[in-house]
Amino acid sequence: MADYVEELLGETDAIDPTTGDVAIQNYTINFGPQHPAAHGVLRLVMELDGEIIDRIDPHVGLLHRGTEKLIEYKTYAQALPYLDRLDYCSPLCMEHSFVLAVEKLLDLEVPLRAQYLRVLFAELTRISNHMLNLGSHVMDVGAMTPNLWLFEVREDCMNFFERVSGARMHSNYFRVGGVHQDAPLKLLADIGDWLDTRLPRLFEDAISLVADNRIFKQRNVDIATVSRDDAIAWGFSGPMIRASGIPWDLRKSQPYDVYDRMEFDVPVGTRGDCYDRFMVRVEEVRQSARIIKQCLREMPEGPVMTLDRKVAPPRRAEMKRSMEALIHHFKLFTEGYHVPAGEVYVATESPKGEFGVYLVADGSNKPYRCKLRPTAFSHLQAMDFMSKGHMLADTTAILSAIDVVFGECDR
Amino acid sequence: MLAPAPRTLSNDGVIDAAKAALGDMIVDTLDAVGEITLTIDRPRLIDAMIGLRDTPGLEYQQLMEIAGVDYPDREDRFDVCYHLLSLTKNRRLRVRVTTDDVKPVPSVTGIWPVAGWLEREVYDMYGVLFEGNRDLRRILTDYGFRGHPQRKDFPLSGYVELRYSEDAKRVVYEPVQLAQDFRTFDFMSPWEGAEYILPGDEKAAMPEAKGAPSPVTADKLQKADAAAAKKATPKAKTPKTTESPAQTGEGKAEAKPAAKRKPRKVDVKKAPGKGQNQ
Repeated sequence: MADYVEELLGETDAIDPTTGDVAIQNYTINFGPQHPAAHGVLRLVMELDGEIIDRIDPHVGLLHRGTEKLIEYKTYAQALPYLDRLDYCSPLCMEHSFVLAVEKLLDLEVPLRAQYLRVLFAELTRISNHMLNLGSHVMDVGAMTPNLWLFEVREDCMNFFERVSGARMHSNYFRVGGVHQDAPLKLLADIGDWLDTRLPRLFEDAISLVADNRIFKQRNVDIATVSRDDAIAWGFSGPMIRASGIPWDLRKSQPYDVYDRMEFDVPVGTRGDCYDRFMVRVEEVRQSARIIKQCLREMPEGPVMTLDRKVAPPRRAEMKRSMEALIHHFKLFTEGYHVPAGEVYVATESPKGEFGVYLVADGSNKPYRCKLRPTAFSHLQAMDFMSKGHMLADTTAILSAIDVVFGECDR
Repeated sequence: MLAPAPRTLSNDGVIDAAKAALGDMIVDTLDAVGEITLTIDRPRLIDAMIGLRDTPGLEYQQLMEIAGVDYPDREDRFDVCYHLLSLTKNRRLRVRVTTDDVKPVPSVTGIWPVAGWLEREVYDMYGVLFEGNRDLRRILTDYGFRGHPQRKDFPLSGYVELRYSEDAKRVVYEPVQLAQDFRTFDFMSPWEGAEYILPGDEKAAMPEAKGAPSPVTADKLQKADAAAAKKATPKAKTPKTTESPAQTGEGKAEAKPAAKRKPRKVDVKKAPGKGQNQ
């Protein structure tokens, strides 16, 4: 009973575990690489003292596919689909960084409607990503129902992606110079309806089950607290740094596309624990819905792709009539465009944090070097100090609150 | 800037402030595409980084990324690029040091613990050594992997492939075999300063191969052709003109249209009993 009261008061005996008279030797166990709560292929080598974690050594790289090397052998347009396969839970946000980086090197103007469409679908991706993360987070700590409800929202998002790009997950929708296709009016209308009806009902219902739930709080509050200084030193970004109380959002502080025209709030946590990370993401979903509504309201008419024929291919109808258009099309899909030599580091606010692309161009039609900055790398690395002194069962909560996807971590 | 890339605060004055703070630790500065790159003297990297983090006005608190780049033609073939971010000043900075595969780069894990894995990745991918990183293991590649895959001289297909062997009941490594040759296309225009020899041109400089000696070289052949053409053209006594239909060589026109030709009889007498099918 005394132990129970202590636990309620938040006093853990993690630092000095009383194990009676029996001397227990630390032992090492393997968590993963095939564990349902590992969110992919993560292998954690854990050193346990009883049930308390002493040390964690994450082994990543089991999903390493050499994306960066492959991109060096592809033209810029061919490299784009690889980005979808990085963070396969938020593919459009991965594309976003890459197209912005190439556009920065080309110094290419992008039509306003394309910028609005990109922001709209990046935010829709954020919702879809958070649905998966929030759902699996609550499932990892023991609740089943919210996950099923949130997956319905995710399914809706997938349908929207399919309607705009033809593919549910690996959309390859953003292009250098704009987006591939204009969104049909009916789709935009449906997204607007969905934001008003289905999303709030499903989402708020699901969150109301866990946000104030006692069990959920017991599993998350004060688990893996990260101070502001630690968050900065460990290179945190996205919801992880915001949960630690630093209002840092690249959409606000370094706006790209039309984010500077959007009105939205940046939620911050107060304690920097797993519960804060969860709630920051919950609030981000609401803010994303707000941004999408503004996009729908303000989106101007116009082209969705730059008219620079040296970068963007002509429309099919034009090719039927114009020889020039046919030549441009042929050149763009065989040789591609040449990007002037230079190097840029462009980072965007992906749902998981700062996703950066460091692109070195040598003036040819292929990138000389394309370094992708995964969000999970710095967060997962902090796993060791975050989970020190916590129970083995807390690992799943910590891992879920990091929001790690191995396509992106391992590249 | 026309492109809708992330807009940070202006980088004006950063180079001067950095020069004032770091002095001769800065080897080179570059301000291109709206981004600032400082090249730092490698042995003094840590002092420079602390200076960049702690000097008021610079305040680059976060290390976001360490990226290696390989330039095989250079003496110090590797670039190690540190991407710093200032949360308070809202700016980014790139710090570059150059090295090769034996000269170690001082580790910045003491300043930013996040550098641990980032340096491990650069080591894994390029073989750059980091002095002071206490955990410099491979990170992304397989256990027991050999080589550094991001180097430009490492082939895209790698050297080994693995499969599960039903006989050995384990995963086995084998030399990589491609069903189809890896294809690269060269899109450099030969008229715009290509630095290579066009395919076939290298034969001009080579000594003649045995077996089928060509009697003359191309330019000799051309000269000979020209000479032969001169000789071989006999001069006509009267130049050929076509001023009347008679001179066209067409032949005479028929006086009257030919009588209606009867179609030839196509009936063929069948030889009975001789065909193969009968």
